[in-house]
Amino acid sequence: MSSDMRVVIVGASLAGLRAADELRRLGFDGPLTIVGDEPYEPYDRPPLSKAVLLGIMPPEHATLPARTDLDAKWRLGVPATALDLEDNRVVLGDGDSVPFDKVLLTTGVRARPWPKPEESDLDGVFTVRTLDDSRRLDERLSAGPGHVLVIGAGFTGSEIASVCRERGLSVTVTERGPAPLVGALGGVVAAVAADMQRDHGVDLRCGITVARLEGDGQGRLRRAHLSDGTALDVDVAVVAQGSIRNTEWLAGSGLAAGPRGVACDAGCRAFDLNGLVTDNVFVAGDIARQPHPLYDYQLIALEHWGNAIGQAEVAAHNMIHEGLHRRPHLDIPAFWSSQFEVNIKSVGIPTYSDQVVVSQGSVEERRFVAAYGFRGRLTAAVAFNHGRWLDFYRGLIESAAAFPPDFAVMDRTDPWEVRSSELPDPAILSHGPTVSVTGHLPTERHVEFVSAPK
Amino acid sequence: MMDVKLVVDLNRCQGYAQCVFLAPHVFTLHGEESLLYDAGPDDGERERVSQAAAACPVQAITTDIRPQSHEQ
Repeated sequence: MSSDMRVVIVGASLAGLRAADELRRLGFDGPLTIVGDEPYEPYDRPPLSKAVLLGIMPPEHATLPARTDLDAKWRLGVPATALDLEDNRVVLGDGDSVPFDKVLLTTGVRARPWPKPEESDLDGVFTVRTLDDSRRLDERLSAGPGHVLVIGAGFTGSEIASVCRERGLSVTVTERGPAPLVGALGGVVAAVAADMQRDHGVDLRCGITVARLEGDGQGRLRRAHLSDGTALDVDVAVVAQGSIRNTEWLAGSGLAAGPRGVACDAGCRAFDLNGLVTDNVFVAGDIARQPHPLYDYQLIALEHWGNAIGQAEVAAHNMIHEGLHRRPHLDIPAFWSSQFEVNIKSVGIPTYSDQVVVSQGSVEERRFVAAYGFRGRLTAAVAFNHGRWLDFYRGLIESAAAFPPDFAVMDRTDPWEVRSSELPDPAILSHGPTVSVTGHLPTERHVEFVSAPK
Repeated sequence: MMDVKLVVDLNRCQGYAQCVFLAPHVFTLHGEESLLYDAGPDDGERERVSQAAAACPVQAITTDIRPQSHEQ
C-alpha cells in the first residue's frame, strides 16, 4: 500500500504503539510520526504497581515490544500543546508543529495529584503512573520505611498495599467509600476485598479521608492527619485517588473533548463539538469516550489495558479504510488485577448493574465468580481466582443472556442469593449539561462549552 | 545483543503455566493463577521466551522476536 498520507499519533504509550504497529501490519507505508511527552519509548504500565514493586523486574524492562518495523519518526520528551484542525497540525511544546492528513489521539490519563501542592511536594509523597514514579517508589520501599500510607483503595492503591505487605512493610489504607474497589465492583464484592486486605495485615480504614499531610520542617513527610481526628506517623504516602484525562491540550480544537474524554463513534472517529463525526481525527485508549451497543450506546471511557489495544487496532484499520470497510470496536470490556495472591478478572461492565449473585465457587475460599445483572440482563462477571470461567460469561453477556442466570453450574457452595449490587443506577446521569446551543438559522447554529448550566 | 521485549495479555491468560515451565526465569505464578513476569529478560532467555510464546494455548504472549530473525 503505497501512500503519501501523513499520519501523526499523539501519545506514545500502549494505544499509540499498538496503533502504529497495526498500521504497518496492515500495509500502510506512508510517513508516520509518534509524539510522546515522556522521554521513553512506549512502556507497559500494569507491572509498575505489581512486578516492579515486587522486584520481579526492573522498571526499565517495561518497554513494550513492537511486532513490526515501525519506521516511525519519534518526537519523544515533548508534549503536544494544541491541535489545529484549520491547518491540520499538531503543535508541540517546543514551538514546532507536525502536519498531518490523519491524526490519532492517545494521550491517556495522568495520576490525580494530592490536591495541596505544599503537601504533595513533601519528600515521601508518591503517585504511581509513570516509569519514574514506579522507580522512585521502589527505591523508597527498598529502603525499609517505618510505615506506609496508601490513600485510596481502588485497584492501584490495593495493589500497592498488597506489595507492601508482601515486602513485610506495615501499611495503612484509607478509603473514602465503604470498602476497597467499591467504585468498580460494587458493595457486595468489595466487602470480600476488604476481608482480604485485613486478613493480610493491612490496617484498612474505610469511610475515612486524609485531611492533611504534615512535614518534619525539612521537607520530609512525617505524619498524616485523618478525617476522624486521628493521626498516623508515616514515612511514605502513596496517593492513589484515580486519574485525570489528558485532554486539556485539545481545548479550542473544536473537538468534543473535556474532562470526561474525547467523544467518538464506535469506529474511534472523534466527534466535533457539534456532535458531527470528523473524517481525519481518531481517538483510542483511556481518553476515548465511545458508545457501546450492549450498554445502551452510552459514551463510556474505560482505563483498561485491553480497551487501549482494541481501540488502537480499530482506529488504525479505519484510518486506512473507507465506508463499509470500516470496523466498529465491539469488544466486551475486560480487566484484571493481581493483589494479595488473588487474580481478579472482570468481563463486561460491573458498574452497569443493579443486582449481583455469586454464581460459582465460594466467597469464603476467595475462589468464585460473581455475575452482575441490570434490569434482567447479564451485564458483567467478576472472578476471584476463577479466571478460566470468564470466556463462558463473555459469551453470555454478548448474547444478552437473562439475569439471574438460569444455567446449572459446577462447584457452587454458597447459597444462591440475588442481592443488590450496591452500585449507583447506571441509567441516571451523573453530570449536568456542559454545553449550550445558540443561533436560529441552520447556518448559525453552534455549540459552546459552559462551565455551569445557564 | 538486544534484550528481549515481551508483554502478556493478561485478559487472555488463563494460567495454563506453559510459559512458567518453559521459561521459569521469566514467568512465575503468584498465588494460584496470577502470572507475573519480567518483560525485558536478557538475551540468553531468547530461545526459551520464543518457545513459551509459541506454546501458550491462548496466544497471550507478544514478543519482539521476529520469525527468521538474522540479527547480528
